[in-house]
Amino acid sequence: MLKMLSAILSRVLQRPAAAAAVGKTASRVMVASRNYADFANEATFEIKKCDLHRLEEGPGTTTVMTREEGLHYYKTMQSIRRMELKADQLYKQKIIRGFCHLYDGQEACCVGIEAAIKPTDHVITAYRAHGFTYTRGVPIREILTELTGRKGGCAKGKGGSIHMYTKNFYGGNGIVGAQVPLGAGIALACKYFGKNEICMALYGDGAANQGQVFEAYNMAALWKLPCIFVCENNRYGMGTSNERAAASTDYYRRGNFIPGLRVDGMDVLCVREATKFAAEHCRSGKGPIVMELQTYRYHGHSMSDPGISYRTREEIQEVRSKSDPITLLKDRMVNNNLASIEELKDIDVAVRKEIEEAAQFATTDPEPPLEELCHHIYFNEPPFEVRGPNQWISYKSTS
Amino acid sequence: MAAAAAVLRHLAPLGHRLTRIPPHGCAGGRLFQHRRGLRLSAPAAIQVTVRDALNQALDEELERDERVFLLGEEVAQYDGAYKMGFAGIAVGAAMAGLRPVCEFMTFNFSMQAIDQVINSAAKTCYMSAGLIGVPIVFRGPNGASAGVAAQHSQCFAAWYGHCPGLKVVSPWSAEDAKGLLKAAIRDDNPVVMLENELLYGVPFELSEQAQSKDFVIPIGKAKIERQGTHITLVSHSRLVGHCMEAASVLAKEGVECEVINMRTIRPMDIEAVEASIMKTNHLITVEGGWPQFGVGAEICARIMEGPAFNYLDAPAVRVTGTDVPMPYAKNLEDNSVPQVKDIIFAVKKVLNI
Repeated sequence: MLKMLSAILSRVLQRPAAAAAVGKTASRVMVASRNYADFANEATFEIKKCDLHRLEEGPGTTTVMTREEGLHYYKTMQSIRRMELKADQLYKQKIIRGFCHLYDGQEACCVGIEAAIKPTDHVITAYRAHGFTYTRGVPIREILTELTGRKGGCAKGKGGSIHMYTKNFYGGNGIVGAQVPLGAGIALACKYFGKNEICMALYGDGAANQGQVFEAYNMAALWKLPCIFVCENNRYGMGTSNERAAASTDYYRRGNFIPGLRVDGMDVLCVREATKFAAEHCRSGKGPIVMELQTYRYHGHSMSDPGISYRTREEIQEVRSKSDPITLLKDRMVNNNLASIEELKDIDVAVRKEIEEAAQFATTDPEPPLEELCHHIYFNEPPFEVRGPNQWISYKSTS
Repeated sequence: MAAAAAVLRHLAPLGHRLTRIPPHGCAGGRLFQHRRGLRLSAPAAIQVTVRDALNQALDEELERDERVFLLGEEVAQYDGAYKMGFAGIAVGAAMAGLRPVCEFMTFNFSMQAIDQVINSAAKTCYMSAGLIGVPIVFRGPNGASAGVAAQHSQCFAAWYGHCPGLKVVSPWSAEDAKGLLKAAIRDDNPVVMLENELLYGVPFELSEQAQSKDFVIPIGKAKIERQGTHITLVSHSRLVGHCMEAASVLAKEGVECEVINMRTIRPMDIEAVEASIMKTNHLITVEGGWPQFGVGAEICARIMEGPAFNYLDAPAVRVTGTDVPMPYAKNLEDNSVPQVKDIIFAVKKVLNI
């Protein structure tokens, strides 16, 4: 240990001497490359106070973020952003077909949530699911390859955009609102197994008016299920604004007898702290809680919606310039000496490269073999024959 | 887990009321006979109602696997009907590793929850390429009851039987009820079990083998309830009983009907029907549901496509519910479901007697 210390010390002491010996060039080199030891390890940030419903107190208004956390959130959000933009591009090239609901603008939601829960917790969401698929552990390459419908996709090309799954992530669900009772059911299993796990059941501002959501609220509250109902309020349910769809737009209060929080969904730290608070509420056995994340999507509802017939370009531009979650984080990190602009630019370059390579794979991977058409109809079942388009064509089904 | 489990694991009312057929002779004598290796008395079969058989099955499976639990409308102490919500909750619980038995008060109510049954339960294994299984059982009374009119009398065998990813079973006897429910609970896939309210109170003989805690009936296998040579009657659920009655009436006239109890709607055991037709050369399907796009229509189509077609001496015929929403008045209701006389009439038509 002492030897190591003395070796480091002598190296440090030697540097200025070496620089002086070499002359001007050396000092220029030294100034250009900033030593990462120059950055702060962490910084304290102020976050917006959450509006509360049936709660005496809520999450705090300051939080600490380490440099490491910041870099991780930045890289993750940027990866999602670039992945979604790549999906947009591939869709326009007709390499992706069918459904494609993009998440760009909402990155802080899935990243903030994942930062506050454990891998052993559970998440279920609706169709705008690519961001969560990534934060829950599916590699970008497998997401893009699923979108292009190839055999290397995370669902082997069987599911597409809205049917992606992984351990403790239950999709990706196409029927509006149906995932909310499913989420309450997962929470029921969490309570039943007693391993202190919770479930995040996400839905949008449009789905928030669905009857089955209220059925799920009722049973979750009755049975004190450890379920966090999360409304990702991006202001529009397809083309219908909140005000035109809901008699009450206070989505965090719609759980009525269930406590609720309204959270700034564009700030990854605010989302993180609110989720930590909500998770603690559930784990302590108090029952469900509702979290409304106020967020925004830059794209239209899906790729067939330009997104400007029900909102103005100015509105979209204003959100981009004032509230973009990635820019917000970048500014915070740079202004608090947690990272440099160059370092973050390096991350951007690395992310772009990763997305390019993933897209390259996604467009060249072969389609799933026809022989596998009927696999996985049943779970854990001996093989059987499945009828094809006529009685002379049949496919084998294995589990 | 214990506290939560105690709250959530409810049994339907157990109240077993078993009627034992008294064995021959006194207990001592019987013992003597056993020691001697002679079995002079019949094995201890007992009379059990379908309701009790179902309760036994639930009881045994709840004890066998602690992941099994019940929820539903009017199950144990939870009053009230929150159809779509609780069906979704049940499916979610199954996705996360529990094994729910979700009871619908009748399958008519399942129409509200059908999205969860089909889109969340049936299709998820396929959509996730085998990652997520949904080991759930949906059970409840299906089809016509007595005097409950149009909104509470529909048969859903064709609706659920239509969908890949589901298994659909339809018990008739107490043995069917017990064996199929146990098999359904142990199956790792979503199973819809279509029971019949009018059968709940009917006693059937439950063999000693069927009384065992490990008695399961394989899903996807039909049973020949009665051997015959002149004509094949294929049915499911309550109407199997009608077929058996028709068969015993016809036997007096020298017509021997083979009665097949399908037991499973999907996957359908068409081979059993084919083998029977190759013997009898005549087919009648009998069901309670409506004729158009029904179970009988599917059986006839498959027979036409398969090897048994060449063995038919007459076109296959269907006996079904009348193509009308179920009326209330008793005489009208009686004529909206197949009666024994309708089956007998059809047999005579097909056999040209």
